[in-house]
Amino acid sequence: MTEPLLQIKNLDVSFRTQDGEVKAVRSANLTLNAGQTLAIVGESGSGKSTTASAIINLLPGSGKITGGEIFFDGVDLTKVSEKKMEDIRGSQIGFVPQDPMSNLNPVWNIGFQVEEAVRANGIAKGRKDVKKRAIEVLKEAGLSDAERRLKQYPHQFSGGMRQRVLIGMGLAANPKLLIADEPTSALDVTVQRVILDHLETLTRDSNTAVIFITHDLGLAAERAEQLVVMYKGQVVESGPSVEILQNPLHPYTQRLVAAAPSLASRRIQATGADLVDIEHRPEADSNLDLIAQAASRAEAQKAEGHRGNAIVVDDVTKVFKIRQGSGRSIDFTAVDKVSFTVERGTTTALVGESGSGKSTVAKMLLKLEEATSGNIVIDGDTINGLKGRELLALRRRMQPVFQDPYGSLNPLQSIGNIISEPLRVHKVGDRKTQRARVKELLDQVSLPQMVVSRYPNELSGGQRQRIAIARALALKPDIVILDEAVSALDVLVQAQILQLLAELQEELKLTYLFITHDLAVVRVIADNVAVMQSGKIVEAATTDEVFENPQQEYTKALLEAIPGAGIQLGI
Amino acid sequence: MARYILFRLLQAIPVLLGTTFLIYFMVFAMPGDPLLALFGDKTPNPALLEQLREQYHLNEPFFVQYLYYLGGIFRFDFGVSYSGQPVTEILAQTFPVTIRLAILALLFEMIAGILIGLVSGIRKGGIFDASALVVSLILISLPIFVTAFLGQYFLGIALGWFRPTVGAGAPIQDLILPALVLASISFAQIVRLTRSSVIETKNLDFVRTAYSKGLSSKRIVPVHILRNSLIPVVTYLGTDFGVLLVGATVTEGIFNVPGVGRTLYQAILKGEGPTVVSFVTVMVLIYLVVNLLVDLLYAVLDPRIRYAK
Repeated sequence: MTEPLLQIKNLDVSFRTQDGEVKAVRSANLTLNAGQTLAIVGESGSGKSTTASAIINLLPGSGKITGGEIFFDGVDLTKVSEKKMEDIRGSQIGFVPQDPMSNLNPVWNIGFQVEEAVRANGIAKGRKDVKKRAIEVLKEAGLSDAERRLKQYPHQFSGGMRQRVLIGMGLAANPKLLIADEPTSALDVTVQRVILDHLETLTRDSNTAVIFITHDLGLAAERAEQLVVMYKGQVVESGPSVEILQNPLHPYTQRLVAAAPSLASRRIQATGADLVDIEHRPEADSNLDLIAQAASRAEAQKAEGHRGNAIVVDDVTKVFKIRQGSGRSIDFTAVDKVSFTVERGTTTALVGESGSGKSTVAKMLLKLEEATSGNIVIDGDTINGLKGRELLALRRRMQPVFQDPYGSLNPLQSIGNIISEPLRVHKVGDRKTQRARVKELLDQVSLPQMVVSRYPNELSGGQRQRIAIARALALKPDIVILDEAVSALDVLVQAQILQLLAELQEELKLTYLFITHDLAVVRVIADNVAVMQSGKIVEAATTDEVFENPQQEYTKALLEAIPGAGIQLGI
Repeated sequence: MARYILFRLLQAIPVLLGTTFLIYFMVFAMPGDPLLALFGDKTPNPALLEQLREQYHLNEPFFVQYLYYLGGIFRFDFGVSYSGQPVTEILAQTFPVTIRLAILALLFEMIAGILIGLVSGIRKGGIFDASALVVSLILISLPIFVTAFLGQYFLGIALGWFRPTVGAGAPIQDLILPALVLASISFAQIVRLTRSSVIETKNLDFVRTAYSKGLSSKRIVPVHILRNSLIPVVTYLGTDFGVLLVGATVTEGIFNVPGVGRTLYQAILKGEGPTVVSFVTVMVLIYLVVNLLVDLLYAVLDPRIRYAK
């Protein structure tokens, strides 16, 4: 057997913080052979990205390797000089970062940034050759009209295009190893699939080894031969992907397998894992099994019978005027004659890629945008043209939860203030009853009461989303509009929130409009699905119908894009 | 782009009308008779007084006075000061001096400020950074006349590097010391602004990606960090040029610079409407042009900013 390309032995990485040293990675081990693909899986904060950054010595902030060795091609990377490291980066080890939006310098054009990478690694000399190679690199990465686009700037590229540029740059020098840090988490599922397929072809053809970092076990198993599962800075399990997936040994891996929505929608029976809430209130989530959850939900819904429509959207169109400068504007139809209904106490999922108009529909429902034409009826009342007091009354019955739990909570307000704000705005009760209501709400979303006096930055993403849900529930609304409410969360947290939403629905008879780009999540939460494409609803049916018998090509494409769909699971 | 520039220049017309009107009105409303003040303790000859009033349209109502003045401007006739010197002449004497002073100050604060701010930001927490912060804090806290006297004494008299006051004709070597003093506060601001902007930029994702491509710091710092950090600094520099023009009053007084600040100050004291308004008009014009240049510079620095064609 030949020597492995990369071997990490007992790696320790620490960060210096105000409270002293924090170990982000604790004696991690990992071995990767040339040409192989390995995935590191774990939730945020598990040390997976830190391990990857440590390989190319680009740890953020105060991060430092405090122990262990990283052998790459026989050289210990923890001991080489910065100068030598510069030579290795790019030419021997390529890197594809996570967020295509923030990883290209907005003030330089694409050509400049690719040429820079080509020149730095000495692949080509002379202006013409460098440019030629840059075009080649971009074409390989899947930008067919690369010549024309060299002079364009990052903001003129879509997310998928930018990620192609970044992949192109990472592979520009034909490195022996490519580190891809969640390369597609910020992209739509269909784009994600295309990009990952392409990346796979490229690296296979050039025999490049890949370290693939992701929080989605399904994605990891589909794309990598080897899996390394990290939890709280430690490698808890590693081995061939299929083996780990079929027979996860460590409880954390078992939890990941149970929670990944991409797998849940495929799984027949749970592994009987004992799922423990990693944040709070272990007993609340002791049975975090999404499939069982979905099944019991469906049964309960069936028993109810028809309960009238909570939301009726009838032939609604939204036209935006796009300013072209100097007074002219063109019309852009974001939502085109959309009609659907949501029955009381049920969940309808509105699915589509970014730009499909699904969020605009939500905004019109919430009356944050005015519909250009058409009718929206909430609980029997038309909401067109509502103003002042009537609008306030409508808002009381209908509350939103938004995608980004970091951006939707005011960082300067305490949690108690955030949750009670709707009560104060609508003048519900006095201070004492408001305080009691906040406590009740915290109970409902399974958070301890002591968080009342804390601030958003002291809470994790999942906890913040619970706060956002509590705030939405403060006024006892009938309808909750969830705009990508779980998309920004790690799989485990996502599962907990989904479960919480299902419980709350049962308890409070809530009606949900669930907006998402991720069909995998839809399966476990929604009764009905409406698929949107370019402003129109192309398919609407019950969840089972859509998953088992999709009518439209577009829906099929979305379904196929769910990672891990092709994996056979044991038990 | 040409359309945008034309539009911006047209915008200057209402701004100029508004400012001249306001200033003219304020000077008009100032208490006291400017002509009587000219004669000081002496009692003027009533006939002469009447003739002067006639000459400067002082017995017309306010609006007529203002229209006379406005009409003059279009013929490049800014009127005559009460001492009999055409205002155009005063403008031609004083503005070049002040503009030279302001440009010197601007160059100094720009080059030294950005450089020191950049090094500070890159080496955040180091000795250089700490000293730069302390020095800039001292410069910001000192009133400008204190800085001026300190500079005049140490650099001018004790060390003898510069002449302590400006000589006849205001030669450029005499303007260096006043320019340094004039620039001191803005310089300190720019050091801090650049520093914080650089610290913010150097932690951005694309900088890490640039490192991951195999680039060296030598390339990343100027190409990827500095350029991205300059936008807030350019905004500051643009507005600061106007401040330098007006704020020169104290500095010009201390160093005896025959510039705009001193002349304008005296004209205000004497209530000379045409002189004050003319100076302000030219200043507003310069301010507008500089702001336009700054806005155009944004588009150069950041391609995301594009003005309608």
